[in-house]
Formats: sequence, C-alpha cells, structure tokens
Amino acid sequence: MTQNTIYFFWDCLQYLINGIAQGSLYAIVALGYTMVYGIIRLVNFAHGEFLMLGAFCGYFALKFHLPMPVAIIASMLGAGIVALIVERMIYRPIRNEGRIPALITAIGASLFFQYTGQLVFGADPKTVPPVFKEVLYTFGEVNVSNIQVFIFGLTLLILLFLWWLTHYTKIGVAMRATSFNLKAAELMGINTNKIIAFTFFLGASLAGLAGILMGYTMSVEPMMGMSLGLKAFVAAVVGGIGVIPGAALGGFILGIAENMVAGLYKSSFRDGVSFFILIIILLIKPSGILGKNVKEKV
Amino acid sequence: MDYYLQILTNVGIFITLTLSLNLINGYCGQFSLGHAGFWGVGAYASAVYGVYFALPIDPALNMAIALSIGFVAAALCGLLIGIPCLRLKGDYLAIATIGFSEILRIIIMNTESIGGPRGFTNIPRWSNSWWVWGIALAVTLFMLNLKRSAHGRAIISIREDEIAAETMGVNLFRYKLFSFIVGAGIAGMAGSLVAHDQQFLHPNNFSFMWSVCILVMVILGGQGSVSGSIVGAVILTILPEILKLIGSNVSTWRVSIYAALMIILMLTRPQGIFGPHELFEKKRLKGVA
Amino acid sequence: MKMNSVSHKLLAILTTLLVVGTAAAADLKIGVVSPMTGATATFGQENTNGIKLAYEKFKKGPGKKFDLIIEDDKSEAIESTNATRKLLSVDKVSAMIGAPTSSLALASAPIVQEAKIPFITPTATNVKVTQVGDYITRACFTDDFQGVVMAKFAVNTLKKTKGLVLIENTSDYSKGLAKAFTDEFTKLGGKMVSTEELTYAAKDTDFQSLLRKVKRANPDFVFVPGYYVEVGLMLKQARALGINVPFLGGDGWDSPKLFEIAGEAVKGSFISNHFAPDDKSPVVQNFVKEYEKAYGSKPGSFAALGYDSLGILVDAIKRAKSSKPADIRAALVATKGYQGITGTITFDKDRNPTKSAVVLEATPSGYVFHSRVNP
Repeated sequence: MTQNTIYFFWDCLQYLINGIAQGSLYAIVALGYTMVYGIIRLVNFAHGEFLMLGAFCGYFALKFHLPMPVAIIASMLGAGIVALIVERMIYRPIRNEGRIPALITAIGASLFFQYTGQLVFGADPKTVPPVFKEVLYTFGEVNVSNIQVFIFGLTLLILLFLWWLTHYTKIGVAMRATSFNLKAAELMGINTNKIIAFTFFLGASLAGLAGILMGYTMSVEPMMGMSLGLKAFVAAVVGGIGVIPGAALGGFILGIAENMVAGLYKSSFRDGVSFFILIIILLIKPSGILGKNVKEKV
Repeated sequence: MDYYLQILTNVGIFITLTLSLNLINGYCGQFSLGHAGFWGVGAYASAVYGVYFALPIDPALNMAIALSIGFVAAALCGLLIGIPCLRLKGDYLAIATIGFSEILRIIIMNTESIGGPRGFTNIPRWSNSWWVWGIALAVTLFMLNLKRSAHGRAIISIREDEIAAETMGVNLFRYKLFSFIVGAGIAGMAGSLVAHDQQFLHPNNFSFMWSVCILVMVILGGQGSVSGSIVGAVILTILPEILKLIGSNVSTWRVSIYAALMIILMLTRPQGIFGPHELFEKKRLKGVA
Repeated sequence: MKMNSVSHKLLAILTTLLVVGTAAAADLKIGVVSPMTGATATFGQENTNGIKLAYEKFKKGPGKKFDLIIEDDKSEAIESTNATRKLLSVDKVSAMIGAPTSSLALASAPIVQEAKIPFITPTATNVKVTQVGDYITRACFTDDFQGVVMAKFAVNTLKKTKGLVLIENTSDYSKGLAKAFTDEFTKLGGKMVSTEELTYAAKDTDFQSLLRKVKRANPDFVFVPGYYVEVGLMLKQARALGINVPFLGGDGWDSPKLFEIAGEAVKGSFISNHFAPDDKSPVVQNFVKEYEKAYGSKPGSFAALGYDSLGILVDAIKRAKSSKPADIRAALVATKGYQGITGTITFDKDRNPTKSAVVLEATPSGYVFHSRVNP
C-alpha cells in the first residue's frame, strides 16, 4: 500500500469519529423533535429556537462566572420554560384545529424568536468563555478530543435515561399511551394536557443542552437554531419520526455521512448529502428506518 | 412612485406564486414545503436565457420566451420530483419537498457560471408591471375556472378523501401529478418575472424560509380559496412595507411584528380568512367548495 | 365672522410653524440600506454603528444639513431592492450608502444607477459592484488588491515561498481573494505545496480533516481568506495538531471575536486590513475612543469603513455646494486625498479608492500595526 492509501484509511476513520461526535449533537436535538411529533403529530419548527434560547441562558450563566454544570442546568431549564410558555399560549389553543394551523403558528414562533433575538441580543456571534480545557488524544493518525468523548457519552446517557423514563415510570407510560391514542389515553384518566406539556419541556431542555454544547464548541448567535434545527429534523425523519431510538440513529447517520462527504469531497455539499439521504430513505421506507408502517383505514 | 410600483409588482408576483401553491396545497391537499425551489428553477432558467442566449428581438417577445422557459423548466422539475414523491403522504411529502428544494439551492450555490454564492448579475430588464399583472390575472382566471370544471372537482375530491375519490374512479396519481406540474410551472413563471424585474438573483432568495412565506400566504387566506390566496398574498406583501413606512423604529422590528400577527391570526381564525370559500360565491357552489 | 377670523389666525400660525419647520429641516437626506437582521446582520449592525457615529460627528459640521435614514434589508436581495426603492422614491434621498456585503450591494446597485443617485458601499469588495455604473463607488479596496498585498508580504517580508491556500467555497469573497493571492504569489516565484484545492464551508466547526492534509503538505505558511468565526476555530485546532507555521488572512479576520475564539492560537498570524486600531494618528485614536464610548466594544473594519463612507459623502456634498444628486456624484468621483480612518482616499477612474492597506500582526492582546503597503 502506498502512503496515500494508508492516509486514506486513517482519514476515513477520523471522519467517522468526527461524524459520531457531530451526530451526537444532531441526535440530542432530534430527540426533542421526535418526542413532540410522536405525541401531537406537530413538526415543531420552533424547536431550533428553543435550542438558541437555551444556549443564550447558558452563555449568560457562564458570563456571570457560574460553573459549567450550573450553566448547563440554566440552558436546559431556560429552554424548557420557554417551551412550556409557548406550548400553553399558542400551541394548546389550536391543537384541535388540524395540523396545518399548528404548523404555521410554529413557524411564526420560530421567526419571532430569531428576529427578536437578533435585535435584543445583537447579531454578532458570542463566544462562550472556555471553562474546561480541550485535550486531544492521538492514536496513530487519529485525534479524539475530550469534548467529543464527553458529548458522545452524554448522548448515550440521555438515550438510556429516556428509555428508562418511557418504560419504567408512570409518566413515561402515560407519554406512550398519549402518543398511541390521545383520546383513549384521556378516557383512561390520563391528564393529556399535562403529559404534552411535559414532553415539550423534556424535548426543549434537551435542545437547550445541545445549544450550550454547540455554543461551547463554536459560538452563540440568534440564528444558530435555524440550520441545526432543520438538520436535526431531517435526522428524526430519517430514523423514523416518533421513534426515540430512531432519532439517535438518524442523527448518527447524518453526522457520519456529512463528515465523510465534507472530508473526502467538498464541504459545500455537506448539507446536500443530508437531504439526499432523506429523500432516498423517504422513497424506500417513508416512515423512516425504525418507523412503524401505518395502514390507512377506510 | 418607483417604490409603490415595485410593491405593486411584488404583490402581483406573490399572487401568482400563492395561487400556484394553492393548486397543490389547497385544491389537491398535497402538502408541499418546497415551492421556492420551483420558483428558483424558473428564475434561474429564464435568467440563463436572458444572459447567455437572448435573441436580438423585441424585449416583449424575449420576455414571452423567458416566461415559457421558466414554466417548462420548473414544470419538468415538478415532474421529476412529483413521480417519486407523490407516493408519500402528509408530512412526509412536505419533508421530501423541503429536501428537493434545498438540494436545488445547493446545486445553484455550487454552479459558478450562474453566479454561485455571489448571485447572478446583469439579467436584462424585460419585465414590467403589465407583464406581472397580466400573468397574475390570467392565473387567477385559470384557477377560478379550474375549480368549477370537472377536472377541478376531481382534484378537490382528492383533498377531501383520497380513498373515496379513488373508489369514485378518480385517477389519483394522474391528478396529483397534474396539479404538481402545473403548480410548479406557474411558480416557474413567477420566477421568470422576478428575474427580469430584479435583474439580480441570489440562491438564498429561494431558501426554505421563502417556501414557508408562500405557504403562510395560502393558509392565511384560506386553503382552496382563490380570493383567499389573493388576499393572503396582498396582506403579507404589503404589511411589512406599511410597517416600514410608519418609521424606522417600527421598521427594524417588522419581522417580529409580522410573526406575532401571523400567530394571532392563526389563533383567531385557524381556517384562514376565507376558509375554502370565495369572495363572491354563488349559492350552488357552496357544497362543492 | 368671528369664527372665521379665528380660523384664519390658526391657519396663519400653522403656516408659520410649517415654514419654520421646513426651514429647520435638513437640506437633503442620505439613505442607508444595511442588513440589521438576517444571516449577515452581524456585519450590518457593526457597519451602521460606524455610520451613526459619523452622523453624530458630521451633522454639526459646516455645510449642508442632512438627515440619515437607515433601512433594514433582512440580508435578502429582494428586501434590499424594496428598501432601496423606498429610500429613492418615498424619502427622496440625494445619496446612498449601500449594503456591506457584495451580494446585497449588487442587488441594489442597478436601481440606484438607474435613478442616478450617488452610491457608496462601505465594504463590498467584489470587483463587479462598481462595474454596475458610473454612480456606484466604494470606500474599501477590492479583493484583488488585498490578495496582491498579502502575496507580496509573504514573499518579500516573511521570505516564505512554500504556501498553501484554504478557501471557504461558499463565499465569493474568499474565492476572489484566493485567486488574486495565488496569481501574484506564483508570479513572485512562490510555490503552492498542494495541487488539490483545499476548501471548507461557512459554519463548519470541525477542520481536522482539512488540517491533516495541511500538516502532510508541510507548507511554510497558510493563507486563509475567510471570516473570523471559522478561522478562529481553525487556528485553535491547527495549533492543537502541531501546525505552527504562520497563518495569513484578509480583512475577514478583523474582529475582536477572533481572539476570544482562538486565544493563544492566533499568535504569529498576519492579516491585511483597512486600518490599524493602534494607529497613533489622532483621527484613528479619536474614532476608536468615541466608538468604544458609544458601543462598549472595539471597532472593526466594518465600523471604520461605515464611518468613512459617510465621511466621504459629506465631503463630496460640501465640495459640490449643491444637493443635486448629479453634482454630488461629480464631486464624489473626484474625491482626492480624503483623510479617513482607513487612510488617504482617492478614487480612480473605475470609482475604486486607491489607498494603502495595512498589515497587522496578531498578538494575544489584539492586532498590532506591522507595516503599511501602498498600492
């Protein structure tokens, strides 16, 4: 093998690792999309903005010299509370009016937060003060940073937590029941309003977490939720929207594919490959890789 | 005067766009979120004609050629995307159309000969408000007539209930594809009008946010309603400009205000301003619409 | 009858007020179109800060009184044309300051040219902008000039001839700068160590794959004509990978944010820029001080060029002694030796300014003046 071929394999391994790290972020955001969709069949376009607002909460916490764990909690709570308010004020009143009005309201909320954010916080990207040091571990030609390991580990923990939550707690079972059939769940004595609000809170706090992590590795700005949100949404659909492990799987697939294409070909086709995978998956299995097929009843 | 004329022109272009999406979304009930992609294809195709292949003839003739090129290019894209995608339903179709329109935009972004990320310049100015309003009027009449025709009723039956429509002998695929292709083609003409009016195109003008804008116009007016589409397009095109004219303080906040109004309107009238109805509706049509 | 005389009096008072009102009002209006929201709002907001500061300064000066009207274009071409037309026909501005990015400036330039209103863009560096017509000018030097400056700097000052260029291929600015640099660099006898075109995209956060290729190619220096967010992350990752050669860049690097992102890693980099914030000249020092007082942060090139754009316009209006657009235009294109923050500005026949560029060295405490390069 020539030196170049050896380099090629090392490179591929590196892109794989970077892809997994980036996919972890997509996965965390996609989980929120998927949970909300699973429960009320709403594509929550404002999810990316929950992420952005969470990131700003964390940024301000770090600015006031609070420790990183506090900042993370601030991000999650901040995003969660905004989501609760938005859900109560504008999603709940039109939940029964069909899906399209709900979708338009979600888009409205998204626009509102983006543009108001640019005027209130300023459009310039804000850098989060470095709290812990980035360390690179080198194996042969491959580098892994401690932040990458941290994000990946965190994603696995979250998945484990969600699995426990949905299978072994009362509220989790109620969530699944609501997702399966809202009316029936209501008749069984489940307070579906509460369950939906809780799902929003949970999903948004995960977005807030992803927001501060992303802000930490890059920067915080009012438009940050837009592209990441769209990408995470694609990930959720690829994996099977409404299915929790599907969101994670979709996130990883997208992360890896994007890094491979950007590394081996051109980074301007990075976004293109996500949408390309999306369309291929939709054409082969519209409900996503892990999605359930729903038969139409007459 | 130029400014008001420009706004008037924009209104006309957006009426055409909204009506074309209303065919897909309102009449046929197919949820498309990639309409700006067709708009962009039409715009870029006719701009390529204008910049590289323009014939030395009267601008009006050239404009007519550019319009047909815009229509055909976008309609072909509609066909290309429609055949595989129309097997999908509801949200999944919407997502697939987002995917396609984003891919189209990324391809334009990466093509140097049509300006790439800088934008496409030096497009001849052939369009004027006569062209824009002529097309808008023609499309309005076409849509009104279509709604009353047998074909139009077949298309609307798909929206109401696909399975029932199929049992009644409506060829689902053919009518869905028809509305998709014609809707895309008309959007392509609107693109051609924009290209030869603005003389400059940028790939980001055809991003996902613009698909959303057009959709909001349709929904706000009332899905399936021609008068609704027109009113939706008029209101949403003029509203930001009114906010601009009030003063520079209001002007900076106009997108926030616009978004808030959008939410309030949806909360108070989720079926849109007109619902599926028309402004001047004969009694006997009520059942159909 | 009584009523009538009262109303007459009222009318008279009103008319006087109106006359006084118009007399106190400005002689002419200057319009600004800039992205205050949307994707490129960060440039637009800094740019307008500079313009507003200049307005506070020049409105009191001698000459004609003027009003400043700022319109937001949402970073979108269609909005840009709407806003431009609004300024032209509703506000009837006599001169315009255009958008800071080339794409948006290109969207409004043809309209302004058609209306025959003098137009100056602060930071649209793309060559095509001023080619739109004879009413279109700019306050910054073009991409081509900057590329040449850095190539000369690399070969003549740093004495380095093995180079590498990393291009942000979603940006026309980056592509143009890279081309100008490469052309001049090879002409001066430099050599590119990689035949492969190495590119990245805006909003990328991970440059390891790219930097691995850089490390293997082993250049003497790396030229990155990009913007500070990506460059900052790139520098940090490059130093972590053990790439210790100098990095060179253009005015896209000019932001205090770069130092916040990259920290120590920025050391030993050089950029070409429009002005040096540590320039000892009183004009620059005054500007930096006033800007910091008004906005609480250090000004970058966008602010400085925004400031100079209005300065150049006001100077032209003063010399024109008229508020007619055609007269202002004639005075504007004849601008000669205007002393701005960003150097001495004289327009050439293509209405691009001939002025010097500065090379700045990045130190952990900020940019320091290194040398001045004349055209």
